[in-house]
Amino acid sequence: MIEFNNVSKTYPNGVKGLSNINLKIEEGEFVVIVGLSGAGKSTLLRSINRLIEISDGEILIEGKSITKAKGSELRRIRRDIGMIFQSFNLVKRSSVLRNVLSGRVGYHSTLRTILGLFPKEDVDLAFDALDRVNILEKAYSRATELSGGQQQRVSIARALAQEAKIILADEPVASLDPLTTKQVMNDLKRINQELGITTIVNLHFIDLAREYATRIIGLRAGEVVFDGPVSEATDEKFSEIYGRPIKKDELLEVEV
Amino acid sequence: MSNTTRPLIKPKKNKTRIWLIYITLALIYIWAFSGMPLPDVKETAAQVSKAIFSGIFSPDWDYVYLPDGEDLLRGLLDTLAIAILGTFISAFLCVPFSFLAASNMSKGRSLSNTGKFILSLIRTFPEIVMAIMFIKAVGPGSFAGVLALGLHSIGMLGKLFTEEIESVDPGPAEALTATGANRLQIIWFAILPQVLPGFLSYTLYRFEINVRSASILGVIGAGGIGTLLIFALSSRDWERVGIILLGIIVMVTFIDLLSGYIRKKIV
Amino acid sequence: MMSTQPQKRVIPEPPSKLKTYFTFFIILLLIFGSAIQTNTSITELIAGFPNMMDLLVQMVPPNWSYFGKIVPAMLETIRMALLGTTFGAIIAIPIALFSASNIVKNTWVFYPVRFILNLIRTIPDLLLAAIFVSIFGLGPLPGILALTIFSIGLVAKLTYEAIEAIDPGPMEAMTSVGANKIQWIFFGVIPQVLPHYISYVLYTFEVNIRAAAVLGLVGAGGIGLYYDRTLGFFEYDKTSSIIIFTLVVVLIIDFISTKLREKLI
Ligand SMILES: Nc1ncnc2c1ncn2[C@@H]1O[C@H](COP(=O)(O)OP(=O)(O)O)[C@@H](O)[C@H]1O
Ligand SMILES: [Mg+2]
Repeated sequence: MIEFNNVSKTYPNGVKGLSNINLKIEEGEFVVIVGLSGAGKSTLLRSINRLIEISDGEILIEGKSITKAKGSELRRIRRDIGMIFQSFNLVKRSSVLRNVLSGRVGYHSTLRTILGLFPKEDVDLAFDALDRVNILEKAYSRATELSGGQQQRVSIARALAQEAKIILADEPVASLDPLTTKQVMNDLKRINQELGITTIVNLHFIDLAREYATRIIGLRAGEVVFDGPVSEATDEKFSEIYGRPIKKDELLEVEV
Repeated sequence: MSNTTRPLIKPKKNKTRIWLIYITLALIYIWAFSGMPLPDVKETAAQVSKAIFSGIFSPDWDYVYLPDGEDLLRGLLDTLAIAILGTFISAFLCVPFSFLAASNMSKGRSLSNTGKFILSLIRTFPEIVMAIMFIKAVGPGSFAGVLALGLHSIGMLGKLFTEEIESVDPGPAEALTATGANRLQIIWFAILPQVLPGFLSYTLYRFEINVRSASILGVIGAGGIGTLLIFALSSRDWERVGIILLGIIVMVTFIDLLSGYIRKKIV
Repeated sequence: MMSTQPQKRVIPEPPSKLKTYFTFFIILLLIFGSAIQTNTSITELIAGFPNMMDLLVQMVPPNWSYFGKIVPAMLETIRMALLGTTFGAIIAIPIALFSASNIVKNTWVFYPVRFILNLIRTIPDLLLAAIFVSIFGLGPLPGILALTIFSIGLVAKLTYEAIEAIDPGPMEAMTSVGANKIQWIFFGVIPQVLPHYISYVLYTFEVNIRAAAVLGLVGAGGIGLYYDRTLGFFEYDKTSSIIIFTLVVVLIIDFISTKLREKLI
């Protein structure tokens, strides 16, 4: 469970990223966060694993405060949270397998990981993860040799190998074409359902949000302006979140 | 040329500035030439030049390999060894140093600036003077040359390495942070793979420079082919001078070609 | 958690690591071989460390009064660098033109010229100086000559590469108005490469100041002579004042030259 208690974030330049957020996200949920560009979606997501320091309030992960955690305790909490980025953030020159294995480094001593002495179970886990996103045959290719969609699947595999209990995805499909978008979203959904991993995704496209989410959270200027199941997220509600009618380019409009 | 919209009279300020530059330049050159040593050429100069030239065209081939004692091949080998080891030592030391000096790695600005300042100091300190000082410490010979090159090269390699680190994509490091990796693991898994090809390429480039440097260190007694050249020059053995020069030219050219080929393959 | 998928999977073969191991082996071999060849020993370094520290301690504080004595030598150093750069830069112009494949279209010309240029560039300036000293005797003249040759190599190489990168438009325009070869170079080529050329000359001057400061070690004039003199008499406080003086001059000239070069391009 993820809990936001009165969380606010003010950037050093005075911009208010989040203001007084109170949320509870239960285990196994598939939450999609929507909002205009600059609404604070990334800020919200990145404050969960503390890639961004919040300026006020507290965030609890499974009851433990990540806000107060330090050093190895912080790394332990992060180890349970996988993250998927818009630009994949893979090490391009390293092999796919090595990228996936890098999700395991939090489990072992520095020396062991640097010497590359991952236990056999870790390597098996990495292959399992790659198999799950259907790119096992690419295990020894360099990450650069893969297409965008394949690279994003590698980063999903990295989160799986990490044995994350929560996956955060910040606009995971924004740099992909519509067809690949569907495949990546399907992967995320399947993992959410089969493994029960709590999944929080920032999305731009309204129809995608409706199709995959179990719960939609709407952000506007750093505030939660909508929070409810898909059934309540009508076009009118979306117009409210966006502060204007929905535009065509906010719909992906591709059938599966 | 017949651009009618261009004003015919140029701004006056510009013209005075140009004249100022010309006058300054003229004064500098008058000063320089007034102190120019008159070509008070020794009578032997023509003779010696001719001897060196004929030495180059009729080199002392026997000197290439002598069964005992110092010969060209051993001198060149020594030079290469100094360059290899000096380059390796500096590249090795540069890695931690450049991570300290890179502004995107160290937290405080002051640490990064201090690192950069030290690097530029090392860079301006002539390697041959360093070699003299190392000779005072460990005695004359190749080892002093190795230490001098190893220390001096840090100045340039450190700067290049630092720039390489500062230009990495921060994305992978962010991803590693998110998996719960510690600082060393982040560097090892996300930063090093990105900078390693650049590091290698710069190290090879520096190696090319160090081969040249190593061939002059002998002039002050820090090992390598330079010592043999000075001996040959002072004993006026021009054929030997010729073969040594040829040897240096061939070695440097070969190393440049090889290193250039490997660098192309890396990047 | 992951074992909920019992399907048989085909794990690809890992690529052979033989090449990596082989490369590492070669590098290790080179390093160890070099260590043996150069008599590198850590114990010697540790044994020599007190000497080194001693020397460094004796270097501080620098002998400030020595500055006055070495000013003439420093001026000579600057003069050598200036003259060497100037002569080299002038001689480099025709060589650069003859090396550029878009100026001289004949491969029988530009390849041989480039070959000679590369040969010149392989010989370090201090070695050139040592040779010139044995031809012309001690003094700044061999230093100036060595720097001239060195500058030819550097300026000509950088310049011909700049020439080959210029925009062919103006040159074609010149040809179409019936210019001869000389006019063509003067109006079509030179205006385009002049800023680059000046910038390279300034850069070469920066390099030459550093080089000129040590040429005295082989008797080719300038302040380098005083390294030998002070170190030989164990006057390390004087040595450090030479080093500091040189550093200051080099940094000032670098600064001015860099500013000028930024203005040019
Ligand atoms: N590092 C930063 N410094 C200052 N302002 C920032 C920074 N990052 C984001 N912001 C601002 O915070 C607001 C929210 O940004 P973000 O969370 O990235 O929005 P979204 O992901 O919804 O597009 C925006 O106004 C943005 O300009
Ligand atoms: Mg965003």
